[in-house]
Amino acid sequence: METSCEDYICSEIDPEEVKNKLISKYPAKVGRKRSKQITINRIDEEKCVPEVMANVRTIPGIITQRGCSYAGCKGVVLGPTRDIINLTHGPIGCGFYSWLTRRNQTRPNGPEDHNFMPYCFSTDMQENEIIFGGEKKLKEAIQEAYDTFHPKAIAIFATCPVGLIGDDVHSVAREMKAKLGINVFGFSCEGYKGVSQSAGHHIANNGIFTHVVGLDDEIREGKYRINLLGEYNIGGDAFEIDRIFEDCGLTVVSTFSGNSSYDYFKNSHTADLNLIMCHRSINYVAEMMETKYGIPWIKVNFIGAEATAKSLRKIAQYYDEPELTDRVEEVIVKEMPEVEKVRAEVKARCEGKLAMLFVGGSRAHHYQELFKEIGMRTIAAGYEFAHRDDYEGRRVLPNIKVDADSRNIEELEIHPDPQRYQPRKSPEEISELEKTGFKFKDYEGMMTEMSNGTLVIDDINQYETEKLIEIFKPDIFCAGIKEKYAIQKSGIPMKQLHSYDSGGPYAGFRGAINFYREIDRMVNSKVWKYVKAPWQQNPELAATYAWD
Amino acid sequence: MRKIAIYGKGGIGKSTTTQNTVAGLSEMGKKIMVVGCDPKADSTRLLLGGLSQATVLDTLRNEGEDLELEDIRKTGFNGVICVESGGPEPGVGCAGRGIITSINMLEQLGAYAESEKLDYAFYDVLGDVVCGGFAMPIREGKAKEIYIVVSGEMMAMYAANNICKGIVKFAEAGGVRLGGLICNSRNVDNEKEMILAFADRLGTQMIHFVPRDNMVQRAEINRKTVIEYDTSHPQADEYRTLAKKIDSNQMHVIPKPIAIEELESLLINYGIAA
Repeated sequence: METSCEDYICSEIDPEEVKNKLISKYPAKVGRKRSKQITINRIDEEKCVPEVMANVRTIPGIITQRGCSYAGCKGVVLGPTRDIINLTHGPIGCGFYSWLTRRNQTRPNGPEDHNFMPYCFSTDMQENEIIFGGEKKLKEAIQEAYDTFHPKAIAIFATCPVGLIGDDVHSVAREMKAKLGINVFGFSCEGYKGVSQSAGHHIANNGIFTHVVGLDDEIREGKYRINLLGEYNIGGDAFEIDRIFEDCGLTVVSTFSGNSSYDYFKNSHTADLNLIMCHRSINYVAEMMETKYGIPWIKVNFIGAEATAKSLRKIAQYYDEPELTDRVEEVIVKEMPEVEKVRAEVKARCEGKLAMLFVGGSRAHHYQELFKEIGMRTIAAGYEFAHRDDYEGRRVLPNIKVDADSRNIEELEIHPDPQRYQPRKSPEEISELEKTGFKFKDYEGMMTEMSNGTLVIDDINQYETEKLIEIFKPDIFCAGIKEKYAIQKSGIPMKQLHSYDSGGPYAGFRGAINFYREIDRMVNSKVWKYVKAPWQQNPELAATYAWD
Repeated sequence: MRKIAIYGKGGIGKSTTTQNTVAGLSEMGKKIMVVGCDPKADSTRLLLGGLSQATVLDTLRNEGEDLELEDIRKTGFNGVICVESGGPEPGVGCAGRGIITSINMLEQLGAYAESEKLDYAFYDVLGDVVCGGFAMPIREGKAKEIYIVVSGEMMAMYAANNICKGIVKFAEAGGVRLGGLICNSRNVDNEKEMILAFADRLGTQMIHFVPRDNMVQRAEINRKTVIEYDTSHPQADEYRTLAKKIDSNQMHVIPKPIAIEELESLLINYGIAA
């Protein structure tokens, strides 16, 4: 499949000028900070890109896209696991608004399999618990959940007020674990922690690694056994990826955490290889699993048909067995004709149109693939909560300044497991693979794949969003629910890439087809011309005030 | 109705002084409500002759929303109405939030209504102003008048100075004023002169100097104010005098908290080091 990726600078608009326009309204100090977070992309011969300030506090007063630490921990990382009771310790709103709002799906293995996702569990903290402490109610809630459902595990998530009044969710977890004989663990993911939901991802990863991974050493059947990390099964993405894996003969030991289950997490340390989709939210787990158990990790991307094919080939290359390599090629050959057919048809209508993506910690990067496949150009992109390595690539990791906000989040010290550490590949095998250009634990970031002259904006806010739309008039804007309606009001179609609106899956081959069609439908609709009502443009009746 | 809040360092004698003063005011025929704002709920013990009161928060917890004013009010010595907001046991929950909830509840139930014909509402607030909850009694529309109980000990003066900082903050928004310092003597050398000078620096007055007397302890063990326990004792008259001075007090100021160095120099010039 050919894609056009020739360098371009949006011919008539000078990005420097746009940047100045975005910043000019700000007070001097705010402008200085934002100017470090707004960068004009330029890739040099060594594939280096300019620095973007990221993972820093949002300036108070700015309408940010970001969510909270609790949302990252409970909503994103652990929310998609069906058989852990995810109990929010806090006022009811925290639990309710983090419940399935991302449209993460799950598919139990049978009627006996637990699925608690249709339930929303909360201690429904009231003023009384704030004043007198909520530990007692939390214990009662855990007991009630246990008595009703007999789950294998219960996870407790602390919300802001819990941190303020000092309820100790961890001691309650220990007490109830001893009492009930099931796994109970707590997360200190109070919403105010860190600068964005990214802190919550880290807290979730630490918790799942400490309390669950490694509890079950049983090695399940399968010749090529992998974990898929940072795939959250929005709109059924993981189902499509699982379908492709199955066709290829790959066995998924555990997904973190789309369509996941507690039992899969428990023996995820027995896999041969960790695949990372969302680098931002979960690279910690991959790093820790490599250190403790010797599982290598590679970055993959199943958003975009070509990216999917490339990722499958990379997995085959890791195993380096003709049986797998051939099968992967067969699958690609089988899947691509349908993709190509729809792609060609859609491309004819979408070629040259402009997209902007401001979302997530990897989605703003991954979805550029899909747009590229139908000939659309991404002129501006940025993340909500990513760090510099997600923009500029892991090569900048040693140079990232660790500030007080990041130090506030626990960093686990991991050592090789004395019994179970077992490198999956010998150093010789690894260096053999690397000689062929194969890259372990590498992510080059979003910017290296964006064109020169495009705008890269971290933690974009509503003001800048409106300005960008005014200046560039893009054909589509991708972000989340909080941005959706303001963008649509300006007459630009808006696609949610957190929840996919009501669509999906968009991953893998069939997902790509769904996405092409969805975008075609959106950017070629005439409805957006009618956002301004006819009477707003040409009033039928006009009058003047008497005093004029 | 005058709403008065009593602040001061922990253990300085706020509750004892408040209750004895209130007893003195009640003898003058005033109708008074005392609101204890301490989770320990011991601000009305002497007026009620014991610690038997159901607190606002406990009652709210047990009765749910269906709460009557009479469930949380008790009448003590000489018709003084006693209320304890109560709160969590030490080390759990949020006592400050408790005070806020409890005062709001009292307002909603009409404890301060015209029909109650109160002359005074006294708030006896725990220790220092540690968080927003404990500032509740001096926030907008609540107590307009503050008295700080102090002694000649350095940390008591230090706390008083800090409380003045809190008053300054709320004086602008809520209109709260400092009525004066009540010196509850600890028999420190030169105590009276020092507190007079301290009050002067703060821009306020020492409204009364309450001498130290064992009678206070004796009455307290018997769960009574001095006025009730030994009504002709000279110490009872001290509290009556304080009550009269508060009743006729016209001096309401925004204090001028002093720097720590200035406080130290006061102690050096007047106090123990003099």
